Amino acid sequence: MSNISTNEFRSGVKVMLDNDPCNILENEFVKPGKGQAFNRVKLRSLKTGRVLERTFKSGDTLPAADVVDMEMQYLYNDGESWHFMNNETYEQYTANEIVMGEAKLWLKGQETCMITMYNGAPLTVMPPNQVILTVTETDPGLKGDTVSGSGKSATLETGAVVRVPLFVEQGELIKVDTRTGQYVSRVK
Amino acid sequence: MSPESNNLEWRPNASFDNLRLRATILQKIRQFFFERKVLEVETPVLGKFTITDRHIASLTVPTTHHGDYFLQTSPEYAMKRLLSAGSGCIYQICKAFRAAEIGQRHNPEFTLLEWYRINFNHFQLMTEINDLITLILNTPPAEKITYAELFNQHFNFDIHHGLDGDLKNLILQAGWLNFTPDSLDRDTCLQLLMSHTIEPNLGHAAPLFVYDFPKSQAALARLNPTQPNVAERFELYIQGFEIANGFHELSDPQEQEQRFLQDQQQRHELGEPIPIIDPRLLAALKQGLPDCAGVALGIDRLIMLAAKESHINQVIAFNWQNS
Repeated sequence: MSNISTNEFRSGVKVMLDNDPCNILENEFVKPGKGQAFNRVKLRSLKTGRVLERTFKSGDTLPAADVVDMEMQYLYNDGESWHFMNNETYEQYTANEIVMGEAKLWLKGQETCMITMYNGAPLTVMPPNQVILTVTETDPGLKGDTVSGSGKSATLETGAVVRVPLFVEQGELIKVDTRTGQYVSRVK
Repeated sequence: MSPESNNLEWRPNASFDNLRLRATILQKIRQFFFERKVLEVETPVLGKFTITDRHIASLTVPTTHHGDYFLQTSPEYAMKRLLSAGSGCIYQICKAFRAAEIGQRHNPEFTLLEWYRINFNHFQLMTEINDLITLILNTPPAEKITYAELFNQHFNFDIHHGLDGDLKNLILQAGWLNFTPDSLDRDTCLQLLMSHTIEPNLGHAAPLFVYDFPKSQAALARLNPTQPNVAERFELYIQGFEIANGFHELSDPQEQEQRFLQDQQQRHELGEPIPIIDPRLLAALKQGLPDCAGVALGIDRLIMLAAKESHINQVIAFNWQNS
C-alpha cells in the first residue's frame, strides 16, 4: 500500500494510524517563523469513531488505508447482524452492532447506505441523510399548549426516539435528518 | 482550447471585498510611514544569496548566465545594507518566498511589511507597531509578557533552568505527538508547546507582545546586555496567532558570522543544503549597522484579522495552487 505524506493529508483521506484505519478531518500546518514545521492533524478512527489529535513532522508519511466506499442496500436484521447487498454484484455482507453504530436507529429496510469496506468487511455504515419513518408512539398533543416550545418525544418504528412538534400524531410518517437526529417535516 | 478549460479554476479565491480591504490597508500603512518620515524602499526579490536559517528553505531560480539565484525569504539583508550605507529609517512592502510553507496561515509566496527604526530599541519599536495595529485593527493597547513568564504561567516551567526531560514530559502528557520527542532539541520542544498549547490563547483581549526570547532563539537579535540568556527579540500575537517578529538588531559582525556558521553546521548535520553566508551583508555590518530595531509583519495575516477570515486564501487573489 502506498504512503501518504503530510502535505497530502486532506479531509476525507483515509490512512492507517496505530494499525487502525482513520479518516482525516483537518490538517493544520504549524510553523514558527524561526522553527521547525509540523502538521497538526485531526483524524477519526473508523473503528471506534473517536476523534484523535496527532502532530507529525512535516513531510512524515502514513500508510494509506485499504478502504473503499460502496453503496449497498440494507436488507434485514436477523436479530444479531444487519445484512446488506451490493446492488451491482449482488454480493451480501453483514455488519455487527459496533459497525452499525447510530445507523441502526434509522434503517427499516430497502434504504441505500454508504458502506466503508476494510479488509473485505464493512467497517462503517452511513445511512441516507434523510429517512422517512412511522411514528409508533407519542403523547397526544395538548390543545392550546403554546408553552412547550421544544415539542414532545416520539418513538419511531425503528426504535429511534426524536423530538417532534406537538401536532405530530401517532401513525403519521415523518422525515428525520440522520446526521443530526432531528425532525425535518411531516410526510403526507 | 481543450474541453476541460471550461471547468478549470481561474477565478480569484478571495472576495473583492477582501481585495478592496487589502488595498485600503496598504494605503493606510504607506500613509502611516509617510507621516513618520520613514522612507519606502524596494530591494531585490530575486537575489544572489540567501539565508542560512536551518528552518527556512529558499526557492532556487536557475538563471541563464549567472548560476542559481534565490527568491528572497525576507528583505532583511538587503535592507540592512541600505541602513549601513546611511539610508536612515526605511520600510518596505514586498513579496517574500518560503518553500513548502502551505497551510491556513501560510502561502509559499506572501507579502511582508518590514521596517527599521534607527536609535530605537525593541520596546520603542513595539510602541510604534502598536500604533500601526491600532490604526488598522482598532485594537485596545497591546500588552507585553516575557517568553519565560508565558511558560511559567502555562506549565510552571522555567525555560532557563528546567530540565529537558521535564519539557519532553510536558509534551508526552499532552498526548498529541505522533513520534517520540527524544530526538527533538530544547528549542523545538519549547516551540511545540508554544504553537500547540500557548499560542491559541494569546492576544484575544488585546494584542500581545512576547519578548525576551531564549538566547538559543535569538535569530538576528542582540542579546540582552544585563541578562545574556535572553535575546532582544519579540513576536506579536493577535487572536491566537503570530503576526510579527522583531529584533533590537544585532550589529556585531563577528557574532553575526558565528551564528551563520552555526546554522551551516546544523544544516550540515541534518544533511540539508548549505547556502553560502551572504558576504555583502557581512561587509555592510563591518562597515557599521546603526543602532536600530526592525520588524517583519505578515500583511496577509493582518488582512485576515481585519477581514475576520480564518484562511489566507480568503485574502490573496490567487493562492499557490490557483496561481
